[in-house]
Amino acid sequence: MNTLGVEDRALIALLQEGLPLCPHPYALLAERLGWDEAAVRAAIARLQADGVIRRFGVVVRHHELGYRANAMVVWDVPDAEVDAVGERLARWPGVNLCYRRTRRPPRWPYNLFCMLHGRERAEVEARIAELRRALDLERYPYAVLFSLRRHQQRGARFAGLPPREVAHG
Amino acid sequence: MDTLDFRLLDEFQRNFPLQPRPYAVLAERLGVDEAEVIARLRRLQGAGRVSRVGAVFAPNRAGRSILAALAVPAAELEAVAELVGALPEVNHCYQREHDTYNLWFVLTAPDATHLHAALAEIEARTGLMALDLPLEREYHIDLGFPLQS
Repeated sequence: MNTLGVEDRALIALLQEGLPLCPHPYALLAERLGWDEAAVRAAIARLQADGVIRRFGVVVRHHELGYRANAMVVWDVPDAEVDAVGERLARWPGVNLCYRRTRRPPRWPYNLFCMLHGRERAEVEARIAELRRALDLERYPYAVLFSLRRHQQRGARFAGLPPREVAHG
Repeated sequence: MDTLDFRLLDEFQRNFPLQPRPYAVLAERLGVDEAEVIARLRRLQGAGRVSRVGAVFAPNRAGRSILAALAVPAAELEAVAELVGALPEVNHCYQREHDTYNLWFVLTAPDATHLHAALAEIEARTGLMALDLPLEREYHIDLGFPLQS
């Protein structure tokens, strides 16, 4: 669904770096793009309304704020049930992200993924146990993958990346 | 971190003002002046607590992304993590507890061709076969990350 125009892409490339921390940040973006300031603000509003921008605001870093226990929990839920389970799981307090992904049997049987962040591992484990009971998930095979170490975290960059040769084979 | 820092981090994660002076809008809501808001956001960013004020994009709209993992032998984990984390397409890279797949990362690129080239490069440079897990459906609405007081 790549229907974005060249102009939107230029704005997105700048927004990935973050809004400048100065009194007239949209004017500064406008200057870099060669647009009117009002056009920048209108384009951001449109990209939000279209759902290309999911959220616009302060992006915090969990780890630096003391949320050091970060668990990715994965389940193997039958295809006929996974959407209903995913919808319920996504609404459970403290579940940050919830996705269905492709299984890769036999290497990877799990199709439902969610993330929970907390200050302490024991607290996150207790919350996982609670949601498994409350949402009737105890019958599904699952795994909890706590993060041990972060090697990279930055905003996604779609533009301005060095071009790559097309992979061979 | 005082109450004002906490409110700056917690209350403006979405619907950021699109007025010409957005930080003045925040300042008015917080009862401080614009310069104070800007100075505090700069400090919070310098301390790593704020990644940025900016946009979180819906997956696979402005570009293409994929979650992937590698099963890295323990002795090579540090070197492989460094290699993967340094690639410009990698925007998250975590070592995770799992009996097989111990290195997890998200790759993001302008299009699918670029994405798969980046994944192929990782496989070629590490000699490991990546577990690639494309997104099929999202269930959550991203409301940001509510902080516990």
